[in-house]
Amino acid sequence: MSAPVLSRPEKGAARTYPAYSRPLWRRVLLTREFAVIALLVAVVLYANGNVENFDGPLTMYYLFLDMAPILLIALPMTLVIITGEIDLSVASVVGLSSVLVGLLHQDAGMSIPAAAVVAIIAGAACGAFNGFLVAYVGLPSLAVTIGTLALYRGIAVGLLGTKAVTDFPEKWTDLAKERLTEESSYPMILVPFILLAVVFTLLLHFSSFGRGIFEVGLNSEAAHFSGVNVARTKFLLFVLAGAVSAFAGIYYTLRFGSARGDNATGLELQVIAAVLLGGVSIFGGRGALHGVIAGVLLIGVLNSAMRLEGYTVNVINIVIGALLVLSVISTSFLAWVSALVSGRGGGRLSQLVPRGRRRTAAGSSTEER
Amino acid sequence: MKLHKRRLAGLAALTLVASMGLSACGSDDDSGDGGGGGGDDAVSITMLPKNLGNPYFDTSTAGAETAAEELGTSVEEVGPDAASPDAQVPFINTAAQQGVGALIVSANDPTAICDALNEARDTGTKVVTFDSDTDPECRDLFINQATAEGIAAVQLEMIAEQIGGSGEIAILSAAANATNQNAWIEMMEAELSSNPDYADMELVDTVYGDDDDQKSFDQTAALLSSHPNLKGIISPTTVGIAAAARYLSDSDKKGKVMLTGLGTPNQMREYVKDGTVTAFALWNPEDLGYLATYAANALASEEITGEPGDTFEAGELGEYTVEDDGSVLLGDPFVFDADNIDDFDF
Amino acid sequence: MNAPSESSLRSGSDRDPEKLSDTLLLEPSRISPTRRALSVVLRSREIAVGAVLVAVVVLTTLKSDAFLFSGNGWRDLLLTPSILLLLAVGQTVVIITRNVDLSVGSILGLTAYLTGTLFADNPGIPIIVVFLAGFAFGAVLGLVNGVLVAFGKVPALVITLGTLYIYRGAFLTWADSDRINPSDMPGAFLDLGTKSILSIPVLTIIALVVLAVVGYYLYSNRGGRELYAIGSDPDAAVLYGLPVRRRVLAAFVLCGALAGLAGVLYTARYGTVSSNAGSGMELQAVGAAVIGGVAIFGGSGTVWGAAIGAFLLVTINRALPVVGISDFWQRAVVGGLIIAAIVLDRVLSAREERRLVAARDEMRKQA
Repeated sequence: MSAPVLSRPEKGAARTYPAYSRPLWRRVLLTREFAVIALLVAVVLYANGNVENFDGPLTMYYLFLDMAPILLIALPMTLVIITGEIDLSVASVVGLSSVLVGLLHQDAGMSIPAAAVVAIIAGAACGAFNGFLVAYVGLPSLAVTIGTLALYRGIAVGLLGTKAVTDFPEKWTDLAKERLTEESSYPMILVPFILLAVVFTLLLHFSSFGRGIFEVGLNSEAAHFSGVNVARTKFLLFVLAGAVSAFAGIYYTLRFGSARGDNATGLELQVIAAVLLGGVSIFGGRGALHGVIAGVLLIGVLNSAMRLEGYTVNVINIVIGALLVLSVISTSFLAWVSALVSGRGGGRLSQLVPRGRRRTAAGSSTEER
Repeated sequence: MKLHKRRLAGLAALTLVASMGLSACGSDDDSGDGGGGGGDDAVSITMLPKNLGNPYFDTSTAGAETAAEELGTSVEEVGPDAASPDAQVPFINTAAQQGVGALIVSANDPTAICDALNEARDTGTKVVTFDSDTDPECRDLFINQATAEGIAAVQLEMIAEQIGGSGEIAILSAAANATNQNAWIEMMEAELSSNPDYADMELVDTVYGDDDDQKSFDQTAALLSSHPNLKGIISPTTVGIAAAARYLSDSDKKGKVMLTGLGTPNQMREYVKDGTVTAFALWNPEDLGYLATYAANALASEEITGEPGDTFEAGELGEYTVEDDGSVLLGDPFVFDADNIDDFDF
Repeated sequence: MNAPSESSLRSGSDRDPEKLSDTLLLEPSRISPTRRALSVVLRSREIAVGAVLVAVVVLTTLKSDAFLFSGNGWRDLLLTPSILLLLAVGQTVVIITRNVDLSVGSILGLTAYLTGTLFADNPGIPIIVVFLAGFAFGAVLGLVNGVLVAFGKVPALVITLGTLYIYRGAFLTWADSDRINPSDMPGAFLDLGTKSILSIPVLTIIALVVLAVVGYYLYSNRGGRELYAIGSDPDAAVLYGLPVRRRVLAAFVLCGALAGLAGVLYTARYGTVSSNAGSGMELQAVGAAVIGGVAIFGGSGTVWGAAIGAFLLVTINRALPVVGISDFWQRAVVGGLIIAAIVLDRVLSAREERRLVAARDEMRKQA
């Protein structure tokens, strides 16, 4: 995901002293992530008050059931996008693992757990193929994952045709939809999700591997010279994305009780929309998991509330598309607005020289990037 | 610079939260409880066809709306764009959340939507399937347009007549999992192998158009180019037969490869007139939707329970009785050809 | 692989093909112009893809004559790819500038529906007006994309992802559950879908004319060459003074306009416009361009290659059922081809770089 350096807007706060000199509450609250969380809270409050049936017992339950695949896949996708790459093939891996579970269970007579393990290994292999081509052969991830999107989806459809395997043991399809406790509105799938979320948070925000991920996204050559194994990092992230997508595929199959080559077509766009909504910069180097989770839930709540209000899927898609475009443009737009406000900016010259360099050349400044 | 951006973002977020919070506090009415709707004067009914944008289902929904008007209730039509089983599940879930009185469904798969339907029934919603059934445990009633044997038999009769009783035939179906089409295809295959009249006819291929116009069009082209000796095509789906007819009427196989199946008069009229299609069959989908709505209303207002032997009134269509397998039969298929096609408008 | 020394260049270039390709790379003016032109053409990606296309057609026809020689075989061979051809040409122009346009499928659907609505609501409207309206409508939708990309400084991938959703949603909301039926449109328009002039279908002629115009523009016109420059090195293009924003905007407008034209052709060919018209075609367009030699990173590739790539994709799709492979495997074949194409590109460019470096080192040694 490389955009020309000169026209890239500023990315992420530089770790300058002034950035840390502000009080903690300001550092926490005035961020992109918090804006998304605030928006999520606002929408939930509004929906609770104004949308009929939204506060019913089934709403949260169905919301989490519907959003679970996106929640799961958004976790590794965040890491991939932070390194500046992108993975468009995740939905096809979901479909492929779904087909594998169906075929292995129906034709080979394997039990569901065994088929699931095979599917996850297959998903990891798909991710490894992506990772190999991107990290070691050096191909652009956009092109590679467009190709593997078609390839994996094609294998899935080729194996099964457009028939669907729908004969799954009730024990497992019920497990996919079970609630935490008898009357609670939270399904069991949240347990693996929370586990994975904790693992990924520790990985991204609290480990040196995670620091490496941010560094690769900011400048992969500098990261290489500071000792990060760039190729291995990217490779591992793609493998993770493949494995988690396969797991999401198993859940998807059991939840709907139907394994089909076309399952989850278009899911990758929803995942990317949610991740970008959650404050991750498409250029890489910036992002946090709490924003992403809030982004996914925001899309889920909007989806749920609008469906209850009777809006068709089309209108919901328009809203999500508009949100995506707006959230991504807002970074550049806010930068432009603040440039206008501060009196700088405008004119060709100022866009050519990155701000940081200009400011140090001009001497000290109390404003940080 | 970051300060400005963050400040702007933070202020915007705070104002948003504040305004929404205030408005939510203001309108703090107690919106209705989630489950157990219905039983009121008006029974809310949701209609969920296989997919939207299909003229066959547009007509059945029109029939449902007529019935709803007569009954003093309302019908809401929802549905996915593509005819796949998992796409129907979110709509069933929404219906359960809204606590509608009855749900009328044409299923894309016999078992995949069962769990969702049972969850809806647990909240008190009555489930009526029409056109394409699910497993009997997941629904309360099935409104059947005609017996599967009858539908299969009439299509085979027509194609045998049109190709002179011998030759290769192929089937252009809808979605690969569709309960109704698969039932008819099974009957047709059984009939072809057992009936001596059809001994010289051979079924060489079955392709799926997914009830998508472009796909069905392209599949017809593929059929014709991969089986050069094909004599006839049966398409037991209105979208498929319309697309196939359109392809055939512009190709050099027009008149040489015969086409029949289930189609709506309005879509097929021009192809009957230009000779591409000689005869096809259907029932009246408007009547089907009408009957389904009356049945759903009867169930939801607890006039009947769906047991075999129950009877109920269906407005202009008269009285209907529930059969032994929990289904209600509309009637027999009707054959359209050049003589009578102008008499109908649907 | 050693770089050739000067003496071996002079003596060996006529006979040794490897030395010939080295000479082509390092000192092309040593070879006679005709020989040079011939060598470049024969080594080009476009010819390679064209050869694969011919091979596919020949193999399929050997299996079943009807594929090529029946009345409809030849017509369908040329007719079915014409829509994807237009999309691929537009996509090439955008990819050359190091962007991508994922919303072309939705633009096609919207314009197809507009075409049908225009005919249905205004019977007697001249066909050429509808063509122009579709073209203009697509251009407007492309303009939205272009403005957001050129002025928003956000990668085109994300913008066009968003507009893919927005346009598809707008299409479905506008169409509701109506669809356009063939009876809404004049027979003359529908005939365009199947008529042929001199055994080449009319729609294909339209597509080929567009291809020729765009190809010529990219090859010889200043604006076209500047697109290549912008894709090769955007920073350098800005510093050099090229009107980058204007060119990128124009590229997206052209892509949208061609997608609009493709929508009109779609309606003429299929006669019915349903709610998922064109969905999924954007990835096929990108695939066709990549297979045809357009580098996904911008800066190189021709529309001729993309056109041949489009033909290849659609022909494979149609050939699979004839050969006996279920056409369910079609997407896998497309995906495999795309990956093979980009890996091949990468291997070739790495090899070329190695040879150039070796030649430079050799020359330094001799100096």
